[in-house]
Amino acid sequence: MRALSDWRKGGIPDNPGAWLTTVAKRRAIDLLRHAGAEDRALRRVAVEEYEPVEPDPDINGDIDDRLRLIFTCCHPALPMDARVALTLRTVAGLTPAQIARAFLVTEPAMDKRLVRARAKIKHAGIPYRVPPPHLMPERRDGVLAVLYLLFTEGYSATGGALIRIPLLREAIRLTRLLVELMPDDGEVRALLALMLLHHARTAARTDAVGNVVTLEEQDRSLWDRDAITEALTILRSLVPRAGRYGLQARIAACHLEASDAASTNFARIAELYDALAFLDPSPVVELNRAVAVAMSQGPEVGLRLIDALVTSRGMDDYYLLPATRADLLRRMGRRTEAATEYEKALQLAPSEAEKRYLGKRLAETRR
Amino acid sequence: MEYMLFICTDSTAPTTEPSGYTIDEWVAETTDGGTRRHGDRLRPANDATTVKLRGGRLSVTAGPFAETTEWIAGYDVIECGDLDAAIEIAAKHPMAQLGQIEIRPMWPIE
Repeated sequence: MRALSDWRKGGIPDNPGAWLTTVAKRRAIDLLRHAGAEDRALRRVAVEEYEPVEPDPDINGDIDDRLRLIFTCCHPALPMDARVALTLRTVAGLTPAQIARAFLVTEPAMDKRLVRARAKIKHAGIPYRVPPPHLMPERRDGVLAVLYLLFTEGYSATGGALIRIPLLREAIRLTRLLVELMPDDGEVRALLALMLLHHARTAARTDAVGNVVTLEEQDRSLWDRDAITEALTILRSLVPRAGRYGLQARIAACHLEASDAASTNFARIAELYDALAFLDPSPVVELNRAVAVAMSQGPEVGLRLIDALVTSRGMDDYYLLPATRADLLRRMGRRTEAATEYEKALQLAPSEAEKRYLGKRLAETRR
Repeated sequence: MEYMLFICTDSTAPTTEPSGYTIDEWVAETTDGGTRRHGDRLRPANDATTVKLRGGRLSVTAGPFAETTEWIAGYDVIECGDLDAAIEIAAKHPMAQLGQIEIRPMWPIE
């Protein structure tokens, strides 16, 4: 990570392989020197891994070591919040104070989380290694889940500001690193494409005073064209049989390739959600599928799907459900019913920005 | 590393016949391979007795210390390289399908 940022500043050194190893080792020693006693469990292993290979002219030494670090931090035996915190601390190099701020917890609480995670790695014997091939698919998915959670935390902040840019950037930076480390893995690249496509819309997602702007109403000239181009190039390089991130990226691409909301290929989006629901069945996916169907076949059909979803699944406290019903009812001109649904959604909405948006819609339907 | 596997019930587990090893086969394979040190079944929670000494007074109560719907049906002590190895060994136990297995690293008294 540091090597990459130094390269951007000073250009690529003559012998990148040896230089990377030196930087990594220097950084490991650096970290060890600054680390408290509880930090050492993980760090010691990191340093030990460097010592025997010195001087290592082969860049792979460094790649393997970073991969080992990532897979250790994202081990399924660690609780999810600890995996996220450890990855940010150890792989991304953020300070506990920075991580604490990003997750809206106190620094002592974050310290404790990190200490506990490191203690578990040491005491439970979590291996410091890249998983063997038979464990790889599952563990790779585990790492991607951590990176995606980091991204979504940044994208749809649960409290305060709607978008937390630092978390978004870290998630993309770490995923880029993983793409470099595992260049042959299509799902890793698909996740990067998905993040880039969502991130491309950041500037358009809120207005000057921080209010939510829906995809439909966004100023498409504000979208980051470079990010979109990069993501579409990645998507073209993937095999047709997509995993869950590949499918989500293709859905996002359908939205972003359309010149305006009305010309979006919603039938194709509904198909992609079908495939996603098969791979990764969840009420949220079903809800999104219903929206795509509503947009391609009319709000009545969508509303029927959503009603079926309400009776079959427990989604009572999920604010997007009444919000979606409200939106479809509004489109059908059923304003009174729409207002009732907006009220429900307003009570459940997790962020101030979302509440303001729903409040505005509610006022419009009552007018 | 040394781990204790708590072989536990799980009332939410499917009741279908488990695939793979039987308990006898699992015990034979892990014992012959030198992984399993010892282990056994435990009588159910109904046969448990909990003892406390408070202020010199002995309290003896019937049943386990915590009332839970699930209980520990047996245990195995295994020796293996790391947690991933322990997870793989535990996953082959038929009770991983019929119940659940808690893996706890030993904390030797030095």
